[in-house]
Amino acid sequence: MSVRLFVSRDAASLAVGADEVAQSLAAALRRRGIGFDLIRTGSRGLFWLEPLVEVETPAGRLGYGPLQPSDAEAVAVSILAGGAPHPSLLGLVDEIPYLKQQTRLVFDRSGKIDPLDLAAYRREGGYRGLAKALALDPAAVIETVTQSGLRGRGGAGFPAGIKWRTAAAAGGGQKYIVCNADEGDSGTFADRMLMEGDPFVLVEGMTIAGYAVGANKGYIYTRSEYPHAVATMNQAIARARAEGLLGPKVFDSTFAFDIEMRVGAGAYVCGEETALLDSIEGKRGQVRAKPPLPAVSGLFGKPTVINNVITLASVPWILANGAEAYRDFGYGRSRGTMPIQLAGNIRYPGLFEAAFGLTLGDLVEKIGGGTASGRPVRAVQVGGPLGAYFPPALFDTPFDYEAFAAKDGLIGHGGVVVFDDRVDMARQARFAMEFCAFESCGKCTPCRIGSTRGVEVMDRILQGENVEANLALIEELCETLRYGSLCALGGFTPYPVMSAIRHFRDDFMTPKRRFVAA
Amino acid sequence: MTNQTAWNAALAEEIIAGYKDIQGATLPVLHALQDAFGYIPDEAIALVARGLNISRADVYGILTFYHDFRRSPPGRHVLQLCRAESCQAMGGDALADHVRERLGLDWGETRADGSVTLLPVFCLGLCACSPSALLDGRPLGRLSQERMDALLDEVAP
Ligand SMILES: Cc1cc2nc3c(=O)[nH]c(=O)nc-3n(C[C@H](O)[C@H](O)[C@H](O)COP(=O)(O)O)c2cc1C
Ligand code: SF4
Ligand code: FES
Repeated sequence: MSVRLFVSRDAASLAVGADEVAQSLAAALRRRGIGFDLIRTGSRGLFWLEPLVEVETPAGRLGYGPLQPSDAEAVAVSILAGGAPHPSLLGLVDEIPYLKQQTRLVFDRSGKIDPLDLAAYRREGGYRGLAKALALDPAAVIETVTQSGLRGRGGAGFPAGIKWRTAAAAGGGQKYIVCNADEGDSGTFADRMLMEGDPFVLVEGMTIAGYAVGANKGYIYTRSEYPHAVATMNQAIARARAEGLLGPKVFDSTFAFDIEMRVGAGAYVCGEETALLDSIEGKRGQVRAKPPLPAVSGLFGKPTVINNVITLASVPWILANGAEAYRDFGYGRSRGTMPIQLAGNIRYPGLFEAAFGLTLGDLVEKIGGGTASGRPVRAVQVGGPLGAYFPPALFDTPFDYEAFAAKDGLIGHGGVVVFDDRVDMARQARFAMEFCAFESCGKCTPCRIGSTRGVEVMDRILQGENVEANLALIEELCETLRYGSLCALGGFTPYPVMSAIRHFRDDFMTPKRRFVAA
Repeated sequence: MTNQTAWNAALAEEIIAGYKDIQGATLPVLHALQDAFGYIPDEAIALVARGLNISRADVYGILTFYHDFRRSPPGRHVLQLCRAESCQAMGGDALADHVRERLGLDWGETRADGSVTLLPVFCLGLCACSPSALLDGRPLGRLSQERMDALLDEVAP
């Protein structure tokens, strides 16, 4: 008998002991003289079940999780008995409701295959999109992306097709595709999971973008906090090159394209597209004034398409299945799917890719299972550190760019961070100011100086000093930040601050004690 | 354990020379130097400037802009603790207070015995298993105070 086992090597799986579980299970099988293949995959994104071990059976993959190394003996016995009862046995992984309810277009392969197995990638539908694209005129590829309704997943939601068209129209010289993999937003990890779990889909998406706009060079800029993603992407790029999927003749065509990784150095603002370009150029990551748009004059002064990881990774599916098929998913002007990341104090944290339109309440309560602590949900921050805090009273808001904007919030990169009733929203508002002060690139005075003032004023409020007057001061400061900032770091810091004041005013009037981890 | 070699100008020049033909080489070079030596001493500024044909002021400006680059040697171990919202929601602030008290360190400081450096980090993308940290680059999630104490017992007894 020989068994095929699958264990994630996603950084978050490693963080909760996936290596140790894999090793002890391998040892338990070896002791029994059982032959096995242990395939290290990306993660399925069901993180409350990690470390998760999957075992191939004729009916599909059986899951066991969450496991500890000490479970290895009993799990080995269960596996050898063809899935005999075990407290951690989850049944068929594909049937787990959290996974089954999803619409996985971008994350279809993540967690299923060895991320660096190019043959498996192609077997599971990879490179069909590029093959279709190369058979089309570049303009027709751009038209397909435009028709799909795909909008940028980095936060701003700008239509991808329009950006590509601008770059394509910008003459015939050197152009670049830049992938924004800086993923600085707290509560988000979709880019990281994708790079670790299915790196070839990003390579393929960038290659299609290059063909469409006439660029022969791509850069992926990611954060130094993501060493595992950097390693996986570098290996994937090398393999794609070795197989002729990158290089002077992509797919034996006359189209040349190659990709280089670049790693940031701990600066949130480098996720802003123009700061990112300066950083690749080897400068301080300071925000550039626009115009010119990067699509006209971007990296090294050349026309540049800059898109988020998920934007680019959505493109192969769109090319392979058609613009209409993609468009059919979604809500209002938000078309297609969004990998939503459920985090913070939530019972079922993980990645949930779904068509736009689910309500925030369904995401938090039905899918996420409420808080991990079992206490009531008090606040949910959506869209990273510059996103607004939503109270349960706004849980009927559908996940959609426009609907969130209408409630003075944003969906950003799709991070949803849940807080229970022990949260002190005045402290969260203070943190938003502190974060802005820490990460400001220094170009605009309101952001550089105003945020530090904001921390001081918040400290006074937290001490109960002249609360009403100081709150008025904070509101004034937020106005200045909103209108006097060059980029969204300063411009959007008012979102978390003002939403905290608006929806949770009590916390500013009576200071709370911070809580201790369970 | 971080394993770096002592500062060595000849080796540094060799590293820098390896990036001569790369466009926008400054960040890759500074990363490579920090990977090799654990930090970027002032002496390196002139070497980088000369090697990449940019001004010393530029190198200095870049070095000080990015939070990652260190201008003095780190401890034998580096603990990067997440301070961002998802981890806050899971008791990260209290965990951070505990770590700082136990190590007697504030953010960015290194113990006098050179055992460990404590760095703040704003999200590691490990938010689905908050609170989280990187210890010498190794990801750690679902950290409780007990688990953290056990780890600290090893690195800073
Ligand atoms: C302070 C700041 C940080 C940002 N961080 C990121 C990031 O980490 N990842 C990202 O894709 N976009 C980020 N953005 C948005 C980018 O500026 C830009 O809109 C995006 O890369 C465009 O790609 P898209 O159209 O595919 O979303 C950030 C913007 C600001 C103002
Ligand atoms: S708002 Fe802040 S981060 Fe953005 S450009 Fe101005 S100073 Fe820089
Ligand atoms: S907020 Fe701590 S890992 Fe993301």
